[in-house]
Amino acid sequence: MKTVEGLKYSKEHEWVKVDGNKAYIGITDHAQNSLGEIVFVELPETGAELNSGDVLGVVESVKAASDVYTPVSGVVAEVNEELEESPEKINEAPYESWIAVLELSDLSELDKLLDAGEYEKYCKEEA
Amino acid sequence: MKKTPIYEKHCELGGKIIDFGGWALPVQYKGIIEEHNQVRKAAGLFDVSHMGEIIVKGQDAETIIQRLVTNNIIGAGEYRIIYSPMCYPDGGVVDDLLIYKYSEKYYLLIVNAGNTEKDYNWIRENAKGRAEIINVSDSYAQLALQGPGAEAILQKLTDTPLSDIGFFRFMPDVSISGVKAIVSRTGYTGEDGFEIYINSESAVYLWESILEAGREDGLVPVGLGARDTLRFEAALPLYGHEISQDTSPLEAGLSRFVKLDKDDFIGKEALVRQQEQGLKRVLTGFEMVDRGIPRSGYEVQVYGRKVGSVTSGSFSPTLGKNLGMALVESGIDSEDAEIDIIIRNRALRAKTVKLPFYKKKYKK
Repeated sequence: MKTVEGLKYSKEHEWVKVDGNKAYIGITDHAQNSLGEIVFVELPETGAELNSGDVLGVVESVKAASDVYTPVSGVVAEVNEELEESPEKINEAPYESWIAVLELSDLSELDKLLDAGEYEKYCKEEA
Repeated sequence: MKKTPIYEKHCELGGKIIDFGGWALPVQYKGIIEEHNQVRKAAGLFDVSHMGEIIVKGQDAETIIQRLVTNNIIGAGEYRIIYSPMCYPDGGVVDDLLIYKYSEKYYLLIVNAGNTEKDYNWIRENAKGRAEIINVSDSYAQLALQGPGAEAILQKLTDTPLSDIGFFRFMPDVSISGVKAIVSRTGYTGEDGFEIYINSESAVYLWESILEAGREDGLVPVGLGARDTLRFEAALPLYGHEISQDTSPLEAGLSRFVKLDKDDFIGKEALVRQQEQGLKRVLTGFEMVDRGIPRSGYEVQVYGRKVGSVTSGSFSPTLGKNLGMALVESGIDSEDAEIDIIIRNRALRAKTVKLPFYKKKYKK
């Protein structure tokens, strides 16, 4: 299982990359690995207002559809349309394949997320 | 969870183990799509030891089975295999099975793993006549070798000319790598191939021998994930999806395996009535027009009105499309009819297409 230093992680296996008041959100290497080959991605609408815990999008493997939750609140500023054509990018490069960018409405929510080391430890305990 | 004799090997090969109706089996090794494609272009080896095997033998074996199943088994030659649904009196399906005929007094029935106990009890309760009915599932292991390369690979391990085994025929006593096996030209993938029944004790040895023999031919181990996408593309029914206690074989498009003109069999009256009154529901294939993957259980609508539901749906690795099968009200054209599939509360457009999605490449 791969993690990247400097990113924040949720217990639902999303990663967050903070850039000023913006956050790039994707799913972790652990998540893509347990899902298997991803063949479909559903993106949110830009402009949508989301609270932490809301559904950000859906990723589907051959076997099943899985919701992706946003671990932070904000407005969807941008979506990664490339994933609609090439959903397998999430398998190939999970930490480059962000699903959406949110303009954060509550920066304090970031404090509740895990760092790379804590997330790895969490995954081990979960297994 | 129950384990097949090959369980340890699946783990060694990196198989991702899941609970499949109480059985610990690999859903995939390297990846579902890769394994799927390998079966279509080369060959794949499946551990299907979870399948159930029931022997019916004795003086009245033939008439007992004939009365239980919808297809006709009378007059079939020895070492022939007959596919048939087995119905309840109301026409719902108990299970679908393969009937291996040794003689009029000896049959081997292959049933779905999750239905084995139910089938065994059903057959015993409804057997009218003299025959022994034995559930031998625990003493058999089953491997499926499927794909265009299957025959050449298996031939390396046996002196028996496999080309002598025709489609839906079997040989009861073939020596493969020195292991005594029942070998049939059958499968659940839409490709040519074999199903091989052996003693549980020989399963690991034969699994490894076949994998080794096929290494240079591109043979790979294949999990349940690709088994499902392969059978789905070939539109082969899966119990609990296209057929079930609540679906008749006629509705599921299996009328060629239902002989309504044969003597009394369980479900006949109900099925004849369905046929005479016209089917209320039919199975149709469809292809997504909008972006989305249909899944089992999703609602099918026409102009906002529910007309049925999806029985199986998937991204099709061979065709690169999102496809589904659905049980819908009859009257909807089986080709080019516009329907909607409700995916996460949104109506997404689809159009009906003829089944199967993938044309079988069976060697006859």
